[in-house]
Amino acid sequence: MSTTTGSFQQRSDVAIQDKKLRANFLSAMDGLMEKRDLAFDDKTQLEALRILGAQVRQNALVKLPELLVELETKLTQRGVQVHWAQTPDEAVDIIQSITLKEKAQKIIKGKSMVSEEIHLNDKMEQVGVTCLESDLGEYIVQLAKETPSHIVMPAIHKNTAEIADLLHEKTGIERKEDALYMTEQARQQLRKNFMEADIGLSGVNFAVAETGTLCLVENEGNGRLTTTVPKTHIAIMGIEKVVEKLEDTAPLLSLLTRSATGQPITTYFNMISGPRKENELDGPETVHLVLLDHGRTQMYQDDELLDTLRCIRCAACMNHCPVYTRIGGHAYGFTYPGPIGKILMPHLEGLDDTQSLPTASSLCGACAEVCPVKIPIPDLLVRLREEANHPNPQDSYIKGAGIKRHGMEPVLWSMWRWWHQRGTRYHIMTSMLTKLHFLQPSKLAPWTNKRTLPKMAKKSFHQQMKARTDRLKKGALR
Amino acid sequence: MPVHHFIPEEPLVESLTDALSTPLKLYPTKPEKVYVFGTCLVDLFYPEAGMSGVVLLEHAGVEVLFPQDQTCCGQPAYTSGYKEEARLVALAQMSIFGEDYPIVVPSGSCGGMMKTHYPRLFEGTEHHQQALDFSERIYELTDFLVHVCDLSLEDKGERTKIALHTSCSSRREMKTTDSGKLLLGQLKNVALVEPKKVTECCGFGGAFSVRHSEISSAMVKDKVMHLSNTKADAFLSSDCGCLMNIKGAAEKDKSALTLRRGEHLLSFVARRAGLIADGVEV
Ligand code: SF4
Repeated sequence: MSTTTGSFQQRSDVAIQDKKLRANFLSAMDGLMEKRDLAFDDKTQLEALRILGAQVRQNALVKLPELLVELETKLTQRGVQVHWAQTPDEAVDIIQSITLKEKAQKIIKGKSMVSEEIHLNDKMEQVGVTCLESDLGEYIVQLAKETPSHIVMPAIHKNTAEIADLLHEKTGIERKEDALYMTEQARQQLRKNFMEADIGLSGVNFAVAETGTLCLVENEGNGRLTTTVPKTHIAIMGIEKVVEKLEDTAPLLSLLTRSATGQPITTYFNMISGPRKENELDGPETVHLVLLDHGRTQMYQDDELLDTLRCIRCAACMNHCPVYTRIGGHAYGFTYPGPIGKILMPHLEGLDDTQSLPTASSLCGACAEVCPVKIPIPDLLVRLREEANHPNPQDSYIKGAGIKRHGMEPVLWSMWRWWHQRGTRYHIMTSMLTKLHFLQPSKLAPWTNKRTLPKMAKKSFHQQMKARTDRLKKGALR
Repeated sequence: MPVHHFIPEEPLVESLTDALSTPLKLYPTKPEKVYVFGTCLVDLFYPEAGMSGVVLLEHAGVEVLFPQDQTCCGQPAYTSGYKEEARLVALAQMSIFGEDYPIVVPSGSCGGMMKTHYPRLFEGTEHHQQALDFSERIYELTDFLVHVCDLSLEDKGERTKIALHTSCSSRREMKTTDSGKLLLGQLKNVALVEPKKVTECCGFGGAFSVRHSEISSAMVKDKVMHLSNTKADAFLSSDCGCLMNIKGAAEKDKSALTLRRGEHLLSFVARRAGLIADGVEV
């Protein structure tokens, strides 16, 4: 389901004209890129760490089925209730039935992109349960009735002045363009919510199979409160988030925080292993874990597409993406924006609904260069473009494969192939083109809307080389 | 235990450790002969760049072979997702460079296609090994001149200030970011200035520039701005796609007057070295 209306084309055309939006993203992304660069000052070490990170993730994926079962066993032993959801609807049903059982009215939420993926807030609202976001960025986005525009910094599309306006208008606090003041005010409001909430809902960054531990990385302490204050805690994660051993989390954590915000480590790293035990003073009485598939096992069947599942959601790829920087997160129209969104959303929503995403890239490779787990994003974009033209969609692992196989485009490419497959045909074509160079149109929209066209040569390189070789031969004979 | 009905029984992949590390870049010793793969953009729009490459290679003492049957590396079809069409055209190219000489390409992007994407293109087909062997023979022309031929040049031009645009493919696929700098460094009257955001894409991306023209235009506009801000007399690129894009945008952009001159790195170098004048060999 798209989170906004219109096509990608329309949304990005509008976004690109929005000067303020572009300025906000440009300065934010420049800052994040610089911070990451400083955090990884030793590039040799960075490369070694990336290889390790990728291996850890790949290893977990290779063993995914058994690790998930191990995780479930370990967690169940410690009293965590584990639920499996194949679709977003199933996940929502599970969470709704927990709320019903607990007679819950209010859910306080830590940051969770998977909850965005299943549009949880709206779905809970429909059954009369209020979800309150406690991550500062998410809180702002919720007040503005928007969706996150970035997977780590949900409100990055707003500058301080816009946030001051919003908080003043929605919460009645004095309007001050002062980040510290605004944070303090928001914290006051949030405290109350923590105390009143019946359920705390959080995401999961890594789930350790060996120990049955759910790890949560955060900076604001809201994650800690969400998972400890309310009497029930629901954690939700995509099935790919599992890792094999506790020691696997060390390189991943180091890569995650530095790639995301340039921090050597976050303020909080929560390790959750179950509900409150006897004699323990705090912690929730019940803990649930919802494991969501939502297209992930489809990807898992294909050894190239599977690489997508290595992602640790650090957002470095979007911070470094020249397209994301210019159009912002909302223009993508789906839960996950940026390069990771382009390779992930087609699996979650089907290529029929997302076919513009894989094409909206110059394949510059900035994303893959910084990805801490070395996901070959450009190759996967090309792969998804291939899937869109898949001649036998029934053999594909993606819903909507083959969506572009009809129409003019395949015919044109097949003609292109014919001209380029043999030197002789190619010579006929190029000599025609160079002979008629003066007929070259001066306008070729949309290229020439913003650029001039290069002039076609009167003699092609082939022709010049042929003449040269002939000349040299004659010279040699003489 | 509940039924995990959607978890497949057997994982399908082995660990990909080898595939994850970047292989070391190795250069051969200077060969007697090389093949030149001209690329279709050089062929039709920038033949002078190709000719300059040939002349520079010969100046370095390497004989150039140019098989006339070559056409295009297949990249346009490949990046558009027409794998079969790309494969057929790529296969035609692989079959015409019969001897075991290096194949040098005056473009990072076509070089990148042949070096890094041919193996993926032919994976799972009977030509996979052929593609792997072929890709090992591919070099970017500037890189080859600097690191294999050990070319040395004399600068015969006036003092000038130049900005160099390094393409994403030469940077990230061919790993040849320094070669352009090194080659220009031999020209004593050329001052090289680096534009801001030098690693950012110019927005070309083949069909991307047409399909998502607004985004692409916004990218190239910024690129032109950063290049113009260097106050360089001209800019150079060793990729025809970037050149076409940036030059085209600069020519249309009234605020970028100083940047109206843009040319292929090889054309510039051959001209400065007195090997080519007015597009003709000296
Ligand atoms: S794809 Fe890589 S860079 Fe992007 S969010 Fe995932 S881990 Fe981070």
